[in-house]
Amino acid sequence: MKGHFMHAFDIQLKRNAWITLGLIAYTVFALFPIVWIVMMSFKGHLDIVSPTPKILFKPTLENYRAIFTNVSNPLYETSRADFLLYFKNSCIVTVSAVMLSLLVGIPAAYALARFRFRGKEDIAFTFLSFRFAPEIAVIIPIYILYQKLHLYNTHAGLILVYQLITLPLVVWIIRGYFEDLSLEIEQAARLDGYTWWGVFTKVAIPLVKPGLASTGILAFIFAWNNFIFGLILGAKETFPTTVGTLGFISYESVLWGQMAAATVITILPPLLLSVFIQRYLVRGLTMGAVRG
Amino acid sequence: MQLKTPFSQRFLPYLIVLPALLLTIGILYPFLLAIYYSLTDYSLLSPIRHFVGFKNYLGLFQSARFWESLGLTVLYAAMVLCIEVPLGLGLALLLQHEIKGIRFFRFLFIVPMMMPPVVAALMWKIIMAENGILNALLGLVGLVKVAWLANTYALLSVVLIDVWIYTPFCAILLLAGLQSLPREPFESSQVDGASAWFNFRRLVLPMLKPFLLLAVLFRSIDSLKMFDIVYATTKGAHSTMLIQLNAYFESFRWYNMGGALSHMLVLWVIVYVTSRFLVRWWSRAMKEATGKRTNES
Repeated sequence: MKGHFMHAFDIQLKRNAWITLGLIAYTVFALFPIVWIVMMSFKGHLDIVSPTPKILFKPTLENYRAIFTNVSNPLYETSRADFLLYFKNSCIVTVSAVMLSLLVGIPAAYALARFRFRGKEDIAFTFLSFRFAPEIAVIIPIYILYQKLHLYNTHAGLILVYQLITLPLVVWIIRGYFEDLSLEIEQAARLDGYTWWGVFTKVAIPLVKPGLASTGILAFIFAWNNFIFGLILGAKETFPTTVGTLGFISYESVLWGQMAAATVITILPPLLLSVFIQRYLVRGLTMGAVRG
Repeated sequence: MQLKTPFSQRFLPYLIVLPALLLTIGILYPFLLAIYYSLTDYSLLSPIRHFVGFKNYLGLFQSARFWESLGLTVLYAAMVLCIEVPLGLGLALLLQHEIKGIRFFRFLFIVPMMMPPVVAALMWKIIMAENGILNALLGLVGLVKVAWLANTYALLSVVLIDVWIYTPFCAILLLAGLQSLPREPFESSQVDGASAWFNFRRLVLPMLKPFLLLAVLFRSIDSLKMFDIVYATTKGAHSTMLIQLNAYFESFRWYNMGGALSHMLVLWVIVYVTSRFLVRWWSRAMKEATGKRTNES
């Protein structure tokens, strides 16, 4: 009997070892490029261009210094990217876009969750359809329009167009959180004499706070990661970091080290933030289709 | 007071949705413009535009470039789906076991998809360079260098980058699905002595259907409109000119806005039909799944 038990225990142990091995193998694949680029960002120019890639090297902060101070090293640099400005642009546009989306999106989400009115599902679906629209189709007319309205290459213009990313996310995901609340609490509050606004601000919002926070973070990540809107509707003065990082490639040369440093700085904010929203991630990524 | 109630009740919801709706309309207006412009010879080079009817679309359907980019886009989406969904399912099956350190693995897996896709692609471009680390590793095991982002390999390399970024999406979505499965069917099949393979085919796969459909929905839509990865790596060279990229160059290199928009509206119709179809299929699968579950309990 004891032998039988040990046998089952062995199988269990062996199985777990295989599972761990599989997980480690994929982790290596998933993290290897990132580790390599982080290493590269600390390499000097000669270590980077050496014909055989170097694993061991003398680390330097030269690349980071170059992108943050805009001082170009005359030895090998031919172009310069204003990375600090791009980083600031990304912060301004992304944070404002998320704020605006939360401001108009949370009440809309509440109305779509709690009120019954004609055209409700059509309105909800309109928001969702932005998530599925091919970007270039909307960008071309917006580009023409922005030229006329002087919104081209402005922060305001980018904040507005980023609503295409952040607003559907906010409306759909937060609507789900409101729907999950039990109606009875809200009805009880109504009976206590609260108006819908009182119920909304004093009862509903406090109850879905974690959901609101995680949705805001997710919207931030999506907006931060966007590339195409900034590429077409922005220019040198308003480019976000995603476009700016590509700027280290010029006709004459590629500033590999600085590009690697810029890459590390660009991926840092979304990666740090994603630590906080792991639990809500699936729900957010599927626009609230998966709850749990 | 009595007069006020029905009024506010009827219009209040619209009033609350209004700000968001106004923004929506602000975005819908360009959509209508897009349809109109696609019927004109709008070019940024000439100040006058003419209404040309369906000329752009007729030109599109006779253009070999258009068909090539459309074909490539569909091929790209098909390859991406065929790799990412099964691979994601495999990873989800590994990630569902509550072994030591599993929470850490679950976090590490999502790292690639939280960073900007364009920057992820750039990282791979550095790695795939001729003297890059990937070729050096190939050399270590005695293989010849590969021109990763050129010629026949270019499209496959772009697919590889897509797989790297988005397979974790499928994995954590399907993991959420696996974790939501009810216990009872598995317990009774264990009593019956069913094999693991039988469990997987007859229990896991059918119950996971809504989640699989969601994975297919999001991955097919996003790969049909892929832009970032290709722009950062090949810019459409070496047979990687996907349709959104083609439209981008048509409009911002050749200033042929009308022609570019006709490309995009064709893609939009494809994306819309695909999403409509998959969403309907998904909601039917959802109903079946939850219906079955309530019948059993």
